[in-house]
Amino acid sequence: MEAATARPTRRPSWVAGAAPLAILAVAIGLFVLLDGPGLDRIGVPREELSVERTVLKPNEIQLHVRNEGADPVQVRQVIVNDGFARFTQSDDEIGRLGGSEIDVDYPWIEGQDYEVMLLTETGTTIDHQIMAATETPGADLDFYGLMALIGLYVGVIPVAIGMLWLPWVRGVDARWIRFLLAFTIGLLAFLAIEALLEGSQIATTGAQAFGGAALVWLGAATAFLALAGVDAWLRGRRASATEAADDDTRERGRAGLGYRAALLVAIGIGLHNLGEGLAIGSAYAVGSLALGATLVVGFALHNTTEGLAIVAPVARERAARLTRLALLGLIAGAPAILGAWIGASAYQPGLAALMFGIGAGAIAQVVVQIAPQIRDGAGRLLHPLAVGGLLTGLAVMYATGLLVSL
Amino acid sequence: MKIGQGKLSRRKLLGGAAGASAALGLHQAIPHDGLHHAVDDAFAQDGHGGGHDIHGGGGVTGHPLHAGTVGTVDPRVNKFDPQEILRDFDEGSVVNGVREWELVAEEKTIEVAPGVKYDAWAYNGRVPGPTLRAREGERLRIRFTNGGRHPHTIHFHGIHTGRMDGVPGVGAGNIAPGESTTYEFDATPFGLHLYHCHSMPLAEHIAKGLYGAFIIDPKRGRAEADELVMVMNGFDTNFDRSNEVYAVNTVAFEYFHRPVVVRRDQLVRIYLVNTLEFDLVNSFHVHANFFDYFPTGTKLEPRDFTDTVILGQGERGLLELRFPYTGRYMFHAHVSEFAELGWMGFFQVTG
Repeated sequence: MEAATARPTRRPSWVAGAAPLAILAVAIGLFVLLDGPGLDRIGVPREELSVERTVLKPNEIQLHVRNEGADPVQVRQVIVNDGFARFTQSDDEIGRLGGSEIDVDYPWIEGQDYEVMLLTETGTTIDHQIMAATETPGADLDFYGLMALIGLYVGVIPVAIGMLWLPWVRGVDARWIRFLLAFTIGLLAFLAIEALLEGSQIATTGAQAFGGAALVWLGAATAFLALAGVDAWLRGRRASATEAADDDTRERGRAGLGYRAALLVAIGIGLHNLGEGLAIGSAYAVGSLALGATLVVGFALHNTTEGLAIVAPVARERAARLTRLALLGLIAGAPAILGAWIGASAYQPGLAALMFGIGAGAIAQVVVQIAPQIRDGAGRLLHPLAVGGLLTGLAVMYATGLLVSL
Repeated sequence: MKIGQGKLSRRKLLGGAAGASAALGLHQAIPHDGLHHAVDDAFAQDGHGGGHDIHGGGGVTGHPLHAGTVGTVDPRVNKFDPQEILRDFDEGSVVNGVREWELVAEEKTIEVAPGVKYDAWAYNGRVPGPTLRAREGERLRIRFTNGGRHPHTIHFHGIHTGRMDGVPGVGAGNIAPGESTTYEFDATPFGLHLYHCHSMPLAEHIAKGLYGAFIIDPKRGRAEADELVMVMNGFDTNFDRSNEVYAVNTVAFEYFHRPVVVRRDQLVRIYLVNTLEFDLVNSFHVHANFFDYFPTGTKLEPRDFTDTVILGQGERGLLELRFPYTGRYMFHAHVSEFAELGWMGFFQVTG
């Protein structure tokens, strides 16, 4: 006792920081243990299920549902087109945010619409519409091969073709480079807006409990900040390296600047194409994708301009490094393949919304990076040529986008 | 049954429904699955219409793959059994020449399809309420107590004074929670009638389960028969003013899973009452047989010899038939939608 008062104990500072957390944990524990003293529930439990995915197999309708309400849900019977149908389910009781797979025996007919109602223990019904029923493709090697082919057609090849503009952009003068960069920004702005809108729309179809449309904006903010962080880190490293280096290295460092911008553009476009692949893959899986020449041609035109966007920043680089360019093309185009795989086999609206958000955020960061390069000799950002480039970029994307509405 | 009108946009479809199946394992059948086997066994008995049942008729071939609910309703949960309701006639007790019953309206959660609960209002704890049976000309006295939380009445079909009609504002009118009244009148005319609550909102008070069959036998009686009561009803479990579940005597597919057993050549008399709300008509159809039909049972001669009758709300009638062959015979509403939502059953005809 005496010793304690004589010598004031030095607590590490983290104790003071952790104390409120510990008290919070104890308080929550007690609150839960005592079942929220003083708080009586009003009304009856609300049962909210959302159907995240529908898989149709011969004589079977498979629904993947998620509980987006606060109360557990027990599906007790299934009604298909006004008739009880036999079924099994993976989870007898679906807890908050929990999922269940419900397999319904039903001799559905190709091309017809169906209404599936899940009847819960309390008699509540959850309605789900199936439009133009068609068999969901099986997830075998052929299927993944087909998805890879689609990704190749709509992602990798068009971007690669677009990059063939490199020799041309290397030849034009500085004013037209600025125009092309402005064009790229216009094009990217279109993609960002499209990604935000598409993501927000998809977000409304899934379980809102995960955040709904907020997921899109969170994804966008995260990607924007993460890329800004990476960029700042790269600049910092380069700056310190340049200080210590001789003239030759400094020269080479500057030479890489165009590729750094191109890499950022490629990453932004790649993340966007991931979302695009997702949309294509999931549309294919429900049979709502007309896999025809029109679609492929449309995407080719749409995405070819993305290739131009990648090569515009490297116009003033002295060396055209083929391996680097190929890598940039893959970074921008290949995610379409990955997206198509995910979209067709493990589609989840919340995930898709998040991915679209990430794509939009990444593109916004790329725009911020490229924008200074379109300044003209007088330092103006929105000079007539730049505005012309921006508007042309928007217009081209709008026009080619008309060809690929799913 | 209301049919969903919502059309999905393509975009919504894109987001909401997609994907191939990554074969997920770990399926567990939901509980109450004992039934599946019970049904299979029952069907196996008839052996696809062949075997011992060479007269045919009972031939339900194949597996009932696409019909029926999953699971069974344990009668112990509801504390009443549709199998017993079928042949349960409540003749009350005769005191000083007056036939008397006690009826109590109460609130009770019942299971209308396996695992699906419904907060019902019930006379004497069962839906439908007890089948009251009297003889033409008797004096009847029904003591009614409202044990619920809402006002209720009992309105009997029949010929009696307005004061005894059990409607709000006339005679005893609405009976408040905890209050009682006595309805007294003569049993006339003979036939098959019904009784039900007549408080407002009317459709709700009926749909929630306050109804029952009311039989007045003719003075000279009817021919000896195996008598069955079938109250055709339905339940609006999600309060959209259309029924999700249809049944005879409350439990969906009850007689599909546990067929009604009758004897070959025995006269079977069915007291059929339609208490369905929200749907304008209901119907009854028996397979591989015909029946004499006595609408409302008020005449002793059949009006029709048929295999299908249509009944509007509150309509009822007597059916008389004999099964000339053993085997399994389906009966159901010929409103096919109701049939597949629970109003479907079998007669099992034994030798």
